[in-house]
Amino acid sequence: MSLQYMGLKDINGPLVALEGVSGVAFDEIASIRLDDGTERIGRVVEMQGDRVILQVFEGTNGISLANTRTVFSGKPLEIPLATEMLGRVFSGAGKPIDGLGPVFPEKMGDVNGQALNPVARQYPRNYIHTGISSIDALMTLIRGQKLPIFSGSGLSHNKLAVQIVKQAKLADESGADFAVVFAAMGVQNDVAEYFRRSFEETGAIERVAMFLNLSNDPIIERILTPMCALTAAEYLAYEKNMHILVIMTDMTSYAEALREFSSSKGEIPGRKGYPGYLYSNLAALYERAGVVEGSTGSVTQIPILTMPNDDITHPIPDLTAYITEGQIVFDRDLDQRGIYPGLSVLLSLSRLMKDGIGEGYTRADHSAVSNQLFAAYAKVQDARSLASVIGEEELSENDRKYMEFGRLFEEHFLKQDFDENRTMDETLDLGWDLLCSLPRNELDRIDDKLLDEMYDPEKAKRFTENNAFSEIAAPEEK
Amino acid sequence: MNTIHAINGPVVKVAAAKDFSMLEMVYVGSKRLIGEVIGVSSGFTTIQVYENTAGLKIGEPVIPTGAPVCATLGPGIISNIFDGIQRPLKDMTKLNGVFVAEGSAIPSLDEEREFDVTVTVKAGDKLAGGDVYCTCPETALITHRCMVPPNVSGTVSFAAENGRYKVNDVIIRITLDDGTELPLTMVQKWPIKQSRPVAKRLPISRPLITGQRVIDTICPIAKGGTAAIPGGFGTGKTMTQHQLAKWCDADIIVYIGCGERGNEMTQVLEEFSELIDPKSGRPLTDRTVLIANTSNMPVAAREASIYTGITLAEYYRDMGYHIAIMADSTSRWAEALREISGRLEEMPAEEGFPAYLPSRLSDFYERAGYVETLNGKEGSVTIIGAVSPQGSDFSEPVTQNTKRFVRCFWALDKSLAYARHYPAIDWNNSYSEYLDDLADFYTQNVGGEFMQLRREISNILLEENKLMEIVKLIGADVLPDDQKLSIEIARVVRVGFLQQNAYHKDDTYVPLEKQMLMMKAICKLYKLSLVAIKSGVPISEITALGFFDRLIKMKYDIPNDRPEMFVQCFRQMDEAFRTLSV
Repeated sequence: MSLQYMGLKDINGPLVALEGVSGVAFDEIASIRLDDGTERIGRVVEMQGDRVILQVFEGTNGISLANTRTVFSGKPLEIPLATEMLGRVFSGAGKPIDGLGPVFPEKMGDVNGQALNPVARQYPRNYIHTGISSIDALMTLIRGQKLPIFSGSGLSHNKLAVQIVKQAKLADESGADFAVVFAAMGVQNDVAEYFRRSFEETGAIERVAMFLNLSNDPIIERILTPMCALTAAEYLAYEKNMHILVIMTDMTSYAEALREFSSSKGEIPGRKGYPGYLYSNLAALYERAGVVEGSTGSVTQIPILTMPNDDITHPIPDLTAYITEGQIVFDRDLDQRGIYPGLSVLLSLSRLMKDGIGEGYTRADHSAVSNQLFAAYAKVQDARSLASVIGEEELSENDRKYMEFGRLFEEHFLKQDFDENRTMDETLDLGWDLLCSLPRNELDRIDDKLLDEMYDPEKAKRFTENNAFSEIAAPEEK
Repeated sequence: MNTIHAINGPVVKVAAAKDFSMLEMVYVGSKRLIGEVIGVSSGFTTIQVYENTAGLKIGEPVIPTGAPVCATLGPGIISNIFDGIQRPLKDMTKLNGVFVAEGSAIPSLDEEREFDVTVTVKAGDKLAGGDVYCTCPETALITHRCMVPPNVSGTVSFAAENGRYKVNDVIIRITLDDGTELPLTMVQKWPIKQSRPVAKRLPISRPLITGQRVIDTICPIAKGGTAAIPGGFGTGKTMTQHQLAKWCDADIIVYIGCGERGNEMTQVLEEFSELIDPKSGRPLTDRTVLIANTSNMPVAAREASIYTGITLAEYYRDMGYHIAIMADSTSRWAEALREISGRLEEMPAEEGFPAYLPSRLSDFYERAGYVETLNGKEGSVTIIGAVSPQGSDFSEPVTQNTKRFVRCFWALDKSLAYARHYPAIDWNNSYSEYLDDLADFYTQNVGGEFMQLRREISNILLEENKLMEIVKLIGADVLPDDQKLSIEIARVVRVGFLQQNAYHKDDTYVPLEKQMLMMKAICKLYKLSLVAIKSGVPISEITALGFFDRLIKMKYDIPNDRPEMFVQCFRQMDEAFRTLSV
């Protein structure tokens, strides 16, 4: 029988303090048994002499100074790991909550994870095909990348995440050993249910491990959720050689939980009240994506976060984008105009894309097309801001062409149906067709040889024809 | 015995200990984690631990080493990759697998590797600090020169024969002035937080040539100078640093990945071993040292990585080399200071950063310089630090304080990056204080017109900046022809000259001579067009000649090694404009 400590010294929010403790290690896990027979889990977060401070994952409701018996486990928090985790649902702390009983562990894994040695990493190069034009062409997702989605409340980030999971396939393989780890932090019941149902409908559920911490679950458990999910992902990827896509939503709730915990610990706050170590803490999660030597698996992360007040300079999106390899940003204006997925192309970026596209990966002209689309769309913004001052009629011929290009680009390239899965060729050809609506000398990012081969103003005609058709067709539909 | 009294993240306290001194290196706990003393009082000694503290227990021992945290200096540093406290990451993978484990006591340098040593002194020679006593080829590009440690002098009592030696073999023995004998191996230690002494600092006079047009011509950096690259995420800080590390004409590059992405370090490792330096025909790794303390590695070691990097650089400078340090990113380093400071419950200044942030930053940047070394050679350390301002706001404390200590400021601009204008260095907000120092070099070595052309290019950009205010309000169509010309020519400068394609074989590095000819072509076109417009030719006719578009593409169309094609271009320009005025 291990040593039990009776009672507590202090309780402060999710933290409890014990005195007279010895032989305890930093970061160790303790179980706190209440008189009513329930058990809670705590983690050592600070030690001073014989005084130990524990962070209680399930919250301190109902705990008094006298009704507890605490036992230290002598180990950091570990969760059982096995391939059979796929298809199962867990709590934020890694306990099964689907009523199917415990997971039979092939191995126990420390949820804290260790830093990957940069020398042992392989540089990610193979792209993941998502079937979404804007992502595939302009912010290509690479296997082993961490590419967050920056969204706002009420935008369609969840729908996009589901579409990515549904359509994602590895470019060079059948996708047989492809699986998804889904971590929900502080999301509403409905949203978690939406994801579960969508996975079920698409048949993906068998290949999904879900870690759910809903918005009414304890906040400390929320801090554990991504750690547990990533521990499972690393096991499946590096030891079982699977390609794992990790979706983490919503990182904003996670960071807020961290702030709450930090303030109850009495730490000195940094920007906007978030703890000074928010960057290191987020990095410890995001850096757990990658491809390592000696394994054919990979961990790819798509964290989703809602920008408070749509502010991209808020500490959470700001620090995230400094760590992740790019970002996919939603634009409220496009969304309101009914364009799904309404991604802000100019704000979005994939840092690893340059080495994962082109000859041998996607198509030789990919980089030229995407650069030119970016540059042209940037000019659209200039033309629009000018038009908002002097009116569209006063614009020069050139600027009017850009205005038209902007409209076509948003209508045909960005906009896509939830079920529409475009191939890379379709996407890039669509890009060419759009570029052909501009005068040839405006295409300064593409070299002449390629232009000779591909540039043909006739290609752009199909948009105007289609438009004419839809103008006629639209009233009939009504 | 001293034991652990309290643990809070990376900060550990020892109660009532008297035998620790400030900045001393200590071993913490039974795993012997490496730590550094950062506070001493009669009650507690405060220690920051460079490794993950999970699993440490109260009551475990803390062992003083009697010395500050030191870098191990000797052959085997170049082409290696270290973590923030100079542990070799490659050797660590052999020992611990793909993850970084705690308490790995691995020697910094390979102790088994043999070098071809030439001993340059003989018994009886008098040596002082900084004198070279043996040399060996470290890589195909770098000859390592072992130097007497700066604070040592005496007479050589024994010198080994030339031959193959390992780094810990004794090469010479010195009888010090007080009669004791000191054996010297090929290795010496130096405290990372202390700068290595030099004979004297020399004035700055030579540019660090980078082959990047916006840097070399608009905001040049000098050898021995300091520069900061601030920019929000996605503006290309890392990309710019990679380009500089690949192409700048320093002898050795120290690349510090401080709190940045793991994949980026992997990329540097891969790319640099594949890329061949055109000057030497050897892979770039032969002249590069990498220090990688990625964002998820322990935060205290992140703080140390900057000091480790600069100490290695100073060591090679003392051998007479020119070193460029890329520190990516100093903001992460400042955040490490903030994090530790928070754990110590120090009174924060701006935005939670400690009040000593400016003094730490100036300590770092002041270690750059062009010097005469103790052994009479010339060497330099150039520091190029990336800054990642929170929320892309340049008024935040790290950017503002850095600005006070650097003389070259390359501000990266979001809107340029969004338009995929790379390098996204904003010519309006960037500056270099080295222009006057370097004017003589450019005039003598590149061409007498260089500085004049540079000024004209700057003026074109300034003029455009002014006109754009009007254009934003009323559009470009209403401007008179000479102002339209200004806007057209400024477009050529921006797209044809400032924009540079890092992925194009010629454009990724452009020699100064071609940079000057490109400027000359633009200025010539401007002058000819201006004369034509004054004589009443409409601008549409001038643009119809096609030279504006041709100059935009000259960076691709004219190879770096064919400057004579510019002469041809100038002639065609003259001819075309002559027909125009007729």
